[in-house]
Amino acid sequence: MYDPTVARLTYRALLGRRRALILSALPALLLVIAIAVRLLDAADDAVAVQLLSSFALATMVPIIGVIAGTGAIGPEIDDGSIVYLLSKPLKRPTIIVTKLFVAVAVTMAFSGLPILVAGFILVGGSQQIAAAFAIAAIVASIAYSALFLLLGTVTRHAVVFGLVYALLWEALFGSFVDGARTLSVQQWGLAVAERVVGDGVDVTSAVGLTTAAILLAVVTVAGTWYAGQRLKRLALTGEE
Amino acid sequence: MQPEHQRPDGPTPPPTTEPTPPPNQPGPQGRDPQDGPDSRGQRDQQYRQAPVSAPTEGGAQGGGASIHNIGYRSYEGTRLGRGYARRSLFAQSLRGGYGLGRSAKSKVMPMILAAVMCVPALIVVAVAIATSDIVRELSMDYREYATFLAPVIGLYLAAMAPQSVSRDLRFHTVPLYFSRPIERVDYVLAKYAGMASALFVFTAVPLLVLYAGALLAELDFAEQTAAFALGLVSVAVLSLVYAGVGLVVAALTPRRGFGVAAIIAVLTIPYFAVNTVQVIAWDQGATEAVGWLGLASPTSLVAGFTSAFLDGPSSFVDGIEPSTGVGFVYLVVVLALVAGSYAVLMARYRKAGL
Repeated sequence: MYDPTVARLTYRALLGRRRALILSALPALLLVIAIAVRLLDAADDAVAVQLLSSFALATMVPIIGVIAGTGAIGPEIDDGSIVYLLSKPLKRPTIIVTKLFVAVAVTMAFSGLPILVAGFILVGGSQQIAAAFAIAAIVASIAYSALFLLLGTVTRHAVVFGLVYALLWEALFGSFVDGARTLSVQQWGLAVAERVVGDGVDVTSAVGLTTAAILLAVVTVAGTWYAGQRLKRLALTGEE
Repeated sequence: MQPEHQRPDGPTPPPTTEPTPPPNQPGPQGRDPQDGPDSRGQRDQQYRQAPVSAPTEGGAQGGGASIHNIGYRSYEGTRLGRGYARRSLFAQSLRGGYGLGRSAKSKVMPMILAAVMCVPALIVVAVAIATSDIVRELSMDYREYATFLAPVIGLYLAAMAPQSVSRDLRFHTVPLYFSRPIERVDYVLAKYAGMASALFVFTAVPLLVLYAGALLAELDFAEQTAAFALGLVSVAVLSLVYAGVGLVVAALTPRRGFGVAAIIAVLTIPYFAVNTVQVIAWDQGATEAVGWLGLASPTSLVAGFTSAFLDGPSSFVDGIEPSTGVGFVYLVVVLALVAGSYAVLMARYRKAGL
């Protein structure tokens, strides 16, 4: 189910040239803010939670997920070069699973790791805040990658739809409609963070840990399976 | 049906408008499209002869190449010139912003986003009309509406700015534009104005809905009109700033998916970062810093400008407004951002398509 050559090509497509720049700009900004807050001596648990949940988990992880998830397959379908991959004796679900591995790895590397570092810069090991948010980001990045990889096979406007989900659904509607927050990858990640983090730290999720785990697994598995199905009957069409 | 021979001597014929006579029969000299009515008769005569003479000649001599006169004509009408081309480009860019004149597929995204943009306005209006005898004002001010819906505006810009400029760059059609009588400045201005106008329509229509609702609810006319007018000014500034930022990013990243993500990143990431850091600064009692921090993202820049100059409610933490001095910095940064975007676009198209 994993093909090293496809993985290598995907890594190269994802991290080549300016894509890597935008991917590393976001974690760099997080680290800069963390260092600035630390130098201004303003860092305490509440500030760390505020920064890590509202900026890192709510904005940075979904955007990196969109870039990595759709970027793993979208451009290839867009410019038609996917046919060279599809014409090789490889099972299409294998291609999808490989690309998912790569997307998850990239999203984790560019979100989980910086969040861990930023958390340690802000508050050290206090209340396991850094670890909790890093784990939340890693969990979320799996679901985001599967979701956005699926979007990449479904529509040519995968990036826009992915961002609509990440920004409108999770951020805007989630703040008004409580039901929308149940179906939000970000809240599933927060549910994990809520469990890991120490007592007395204000991290609350709209969903319980069990529900979150089930939903995460369902979204990841079903998304990957359906992406494989989509790739099996992919129609290459022209530009609009 | 391409002419198979080029005339070895004489003036080069204008491309595709003139039939090239066979090499052994040099045509009349100086047949330019502009050389007046005299030459037309001559040419018509040639058209009539040519289909008869050319193929038989070629065929009879056995294997010799022949040139068919298929009767191309040069354009004799009035030339509409640079201003017309510029206006057309502007109109096409504006219409393209809503997918008008394009496939149904390309209308989906802008229309959905425009509808999403109006839904909160309709809700506010419904509430205002239902409660008009208790509350004598709208629950959302005209000037904070755009800031509130900034993610939607950002998505619209991210979806539309790349389709406005990136395709031309990606498919190398920019040189075709410059084969018309327009200059680089016309192209950049038309695209900038088209994007800014599309954004203005996008942001002004919900305000119009709010205003109409306010009048229906019989709120105070003078007060609402003044606020509405200031609201329009604020979304005009927002449109200019956003269009500049969006077009610059789109013109620098011609790959579609990447351009979309880059625009969203440039608009959203600093905004969320600014919000977060503002709350932290306010927590620490650094009230003065909140105003300065607002300069760091396009959305909070326009929001701060609106609250400083257009009397709008502040969207910053705890309703903090930038002080007068900082307000002027906002004005300067807004102007610099618009002028800077224009300059970057001009520089970008210096070598476009070559």
